Amino acid sequence: MATRALVNVPKLLRRGEVFEVRTLLGHPMETGFRRDSDGQMLPREVVTRLEAWLGDERVFAADLHLAVAANPYVAFPLQLQTGGTLRVRWTGDKGFDHTETLNLIVA
Amino acid sequence: MTGVWLVGVVGVVSVVLALQTGAAAADDRRSGLDFMTPATQALQRDDGLNPALLWVRGGEALWSTKAGRADKACADCHGAAERSMRGVAARHPAFDAASENPLTLAGRINACRVRHQQAPPWAAESEPLLSVEAHVAMASRGLPIAPPDDARLAPFRATGQALFNQRLGQLDLSCAQCHDGLAGRRLGGSVIPQGHPTGYPLYRLEWQGLGSLQRRLRNCLTGVRATVLPYGAADLVALELHLMQRATGMAVETPAVRP
Repeated sequence: MATRALVNVPKLLRRGEVFEVRTLLGHPMETGFRRDSDGQMLPREVVTRLEAWLGDERVFAADLHLAVAANPYVAFPLQLQTGGTLRVRWTGDKGFDHTETLNLIVA
Repeated sequence: MTGVWLVGVVGVVSVVLALQTGAAAADDRRSGLDFMTPATQALQRDDGLNPALLWVRGGEALWSTKAGRADKACADCHGAAERSMRGVAARHPAFDAASENPLTLAGRINACRVRHQQAPPWAAESEPLLSVEAHVAMASRGLPIAPPDDARLAPFRATGQALFNQRLGQLDLSCAQCHDGLAGRRLGGSVIPQGHPTGYPLYRLEWQGLGSLQRRLRNCLTGVRATVLPYGAADLVALELHLMQRATGMAVETPAVRP
């Protein structure tokens, strides 16, 4: 199953203006406390960290815990002086490591 | 003179009120969207928040992926789905002459896979099938549901209507009893919607994933403790046909979010 992730930014980005980066990741975020229909405990499989990098600078980081629901949505503010490459990286259990890259152009 | 003038005004006001009441009584159908809390409605209304968009993006990629012995992608024949698939979800299930049976949108997608791509059909409720179905159905978002005016569908629609009104299961409940008779009231804390298929396939918070109308119908059958029909069963397709007919004119909301 291919990992699906979406990173949304406003269409028009203005220099110095604060905007919101909205991320959505397709992931079951299984807590390890649920049982399936046969009564077997479903193993834990969660994403534990989200990091966002603009070029070489880390602009956002978050630790995700078991209470986060499936398909986690995380939004954070950002402000740009010049355009750049935004990389959003999710890491978690079972070696989960997914990165989405977005080219940001400033008007 | 004042008396006559007063009667005239009252007459005009009562006619206006009657017209307004008449118009309101004509269509009191409401989508499941109207029965949700504002927070859940916000999830559906915002494409940046709607988790179903994850599947739509997957479907978009699959639409352009070559498959089968014919080594063709959907896009090779149909072009961009946003244009070519506009209105398709609004008029399915539709009659398929080749199999002489009605086909749901998922059935139609699989039929295309087998006949035109020479690829094996995707399993019912599988991720690729749901993803492509969501991508195709989203092209009809905002359009009114328009079941085809096809006489060949009539016997299947009649079956669907009979099933809708049929008491089923250990709890001996029919669809109509709750979704026609008790819509707006509550079942164990959850609001009972009218049951219009305006947004399928949709992201259900209960499933934490995308699912089809047939998955929801199977959940209902489990709920009344009736025998759960397998995916693709003729009775489920007949029910889908009836539900779409019942929802004629309502706007497609795919991909919807439901609690």
